[in-house]
Amino acid sequence: MPVIEYIEAIRSAMKEEMERDSRVFVLGEDVGLKGGVFTTTKGLQEQFGELRALDTPLSESAIAGVAIGAAMAGLRPIAEMQYSDFMFPATNQIISEAAKIRYRSNNDWDCPVVIRAPIGGGVFGGLYHSQCPESVFFGTPGLKILAPATAYDAKGLLISAIRDPDPVLFFEHKKCYRLISDEVPEGEYTVPIGKSRVMREGDDITVIGYSLPLHFAMEAAAELAREEGVEAHILDLRTLQPLDREGILEAASRTGKVLIVHEDNKTGGIGAEVAAIIAEELLYDLDAPIRRLCGPDVPAMPINPPGEKHFMLNKEKLKTAMLELARY
Amino acid sequence: MTQTGAVRQQSRHAALGLTDRQVIEMYETMMRARRFDERCLLLQRAGKVNFHISGIGQEPSQVAMAFAMDFEKDWFLPYYRDYAFVLTVGMTLKELFLSLFAKAEDPNSAGRQMPGHFGCKRLRIVTGSSPVTTQVPHAVGFAYAAKLRGESSVAYVSFGEGSSNQGDFHEGCNFAGVHKLPVIFVCENNGYAISVPLSKQTAGRISDRAIGYGFPGVRVDGNDPLEVYRVMKEAHERALNGEGPTLIEVMSYRLSPHSTSDNDLAYRTKEEVEAHRKNDGIPAFRNYLTEAGLWNEERENELQARIRKELDEAQAYAERAPFQSVEDAFRYVYAEEPSSGEGR
Repeated sequence: MPVIEYIEAIRSAMKEEMERDSRVFVLGEDVGLKGGVFTTTKGLQEQFGELRALDTPLSESAIAGVAIGAAMAGLRPIAEMQYSDFMFPATNQIISEAAKIRYRSNNDWDCPVVIRAPIGGGVFGGLYHSQCPESVFFGTPGLKILAPATAYDAKGLLISAIRDPDPVLFFEHKKCYRLISDEVPEGEYTVPIGKSRVMREGDDITVIGYSLPLHFAMEAAAELAREEGVEAHILDLRTLQPLDREGILEAASRTGKVLIVHEDNKTGGIGAEVAAIIAEELLYDLDAPIRRLCGPDVPAMPINPPGEKHFMLNKEKLKTAMLELARY
Repeated sequence: MTQTGAVRQQSRHAALGLTDRQVIEMYETMMRARRFDERCLLLQRAGKVNFHISGIGQEPSQVAMAFAMDFEKDWFLPYYRDYAFVLTVGMTLKELFLSLFAKAEDPNSAGRQMPGHFGCKRLRIVTGSSPVTTQVPHAVGFAYAAKLRGESSVAYVSFGEGSSNQGDFHEGCNFAGVHKLPVIFVCENNGYAISVPLSKQTAGRISDRAIGYGFPGVRVDGNDPLEVYRVMKEAHERALNGEGPTLIEVMSYRLSPHSTSDNDLAYRTKEEVEAHRKNDGIPAFRNYLTEAGLWNEERENELQARIRKELDEAQAYAERAPFQSVEDAFRYVYAEEPSSGEGR
C-alpha cells in the first residue's frame, strides 16, 4: 500500500469524489488557480474547471452561506476556510443555519455541506494562524465534527463527510499536512463517522485524544514501554461529534486510568465532555482521577519560538503526564 | 373623461403582459393576505396564539413580485413579512394558519418555528431562520447551483432595510456580482427596523449600494404593484439572460407594529401611521381595477365574503389540528435514513 502525506490524502479524497460525483465542488479563498495556500486543492481547477474549483471573494460568511445554499439546492459543496482562525465570521451561518436546517424544516430541507478548516499550531503562525476552534462548534446539535490524525483517516473520513447527508466540519491539523505520512489505499474507501479507533493497545494507562497530539502520545508510549515497562492504550476519537461513547468507555475501562489530550485549550474543550462521559458511567471503575493535558487557557499561542514551544504539546509533555498517571 | 382614463389605465397592465384575470388575481391575493394578517393580530390579542409578525402595508409589492417569478423553476427565499408572497406562490391559508397555531401539519416547520419563518420544498420556498439576512448568501448559493447545472432558474431573496446593514447582505451581493449570478435581491424598505427608523439605519439609498457591487439597483414605490411587477420582470429577464443580479429597493411603510410584542407608539405617532395609511396600495389598486372596468362593489362584497369563509374554515381546521407529538418533537437533528452511500 502506498505511503502518502496527510495533505495528499485530503487532496485525493476531494479529487476522487469530484470525479465520481458531478455535484461535488470546492470553493474558498485561493482554492482555484493557486490550489490553496497549503496546496490542498492543487490541480482541482485544472482538472475540473473554474466552476467546480471556485476562487471566492475574501468573505467567509459568504463562503459558508453560499455553500449552504448550494447544498440545499442539491449540490455537495466543500467549502474551505483558509485557516480555522478565520472561520468565525461564518459562525452564524454554521450554527444558526447549517446545523438547524433539517431540524427546523422537520426534515423537508437538508444541508449536506462540508466545511474544511486547518487547525492548530507549531508552524509559527502566531495568535491567528494557530487556533483550535473545535470547542466553539462542539455541542451544537446538527453538526458533525471530524478531526483526523492520520493520512488514512483523513482520506476515508473526508470521503464519508462528502457523502454524508448532514453538515460536517472537517478540522485538519496543518502541522500534520507534511509531518504525517502513512499507508493509504489507492481508490475509494470510507472511514465511518462516529467511530473511534484504537491506535495502540496496552493495559496500564489509557490516552484519549484526537489530531496531532496523538502522534506525540504514540512516541511517548513507545519510549515508556521500552524504558519503564508501561503499556499505554491509545484511542483516537477521530469524530468529535457525535462522540463515540462506547469506544470511550471501552478504552477507559481497559486500564482504569485515563489521560485526555488535545491542543485546544482545556476549559470547555472536548476533553471536558469525554471526562464527563467517563465519570457518568465508570467513576467507580477508575483507579485514578481523570487527567487532562491540553493547551493552556490563554487566548492563543505566541509567535516567538519559546512561547510557541511552551504552548504546544510534545512528546516530553505527554511522556511526563503518562508516567505520572501510570505511577498513581 | 372617465372612459378615456379607463382605456389608458387598462393599457398599463396589458402593456406589461398581464391579463385582466391576472390583475384580478393579484388584487384578490393581496386582500387575502391583508385579511389573514388582521385575523392573526386578532387571534393573538384574543390569546389564542402567542405571536404574530405582520406584513400589513407590504402586500401589494409582495404579490407583484411573486407574479414576475416562475413557480416551476425559480427558488424563493422570502423574509418573515412575505405572507402575500408565499400565498401567491402557492401556500394556502390553511397552511399559514397551521403555522400560526404551530401545528404538526404546518409544512414550514411542523410547528417548530415561529410563524413567518417560511419553508416548503414543494413550493420551492427555502427554509428560513430568525437571525436576519442569513438567507441572502443562501440565495446566491441557489443561483450558483443553477449556473453550475446550466438551469434557467432565478433565486428571489427578500429582507428588510435593517438587514441591508448586515455583513451577509454585502457578502452575498458581492459574491453574486463577481459571478454574475441569477439572483434578485429585494430590500423591502418599510421604514423601520423594530423601533429604529431608516434615518438611523443608513445615510444613503439602499438601492445605490448595488453600484458598488457592479450591478443595477432600482428603487420602486411598493404601493404601485404594476411598477413593482415591471421592475421585477426586468430583473428576472436580466438574470435569465446571464446578465447577473439586480437589487430592488421596494419603498413601503410598516403599518403594523414590528410584531405583537411591540408597542410602536413608544417610537412613532398615531398621526404618522395614519398619514401613511392613506397611501395604502390595496385601495389604490382596487380603484385602478374599478376604473379599468374590472371591479365593482358587488365583486368586492363577494370577495370579502369568500375570504371570510376561507379564513374561518382554515382557522377552524388549524385550531383543531394536533400538535406534533412529543415523540416526534426532537426528530430530524440528523438524517434518519442511511444515505444512499456507501460505507456507513
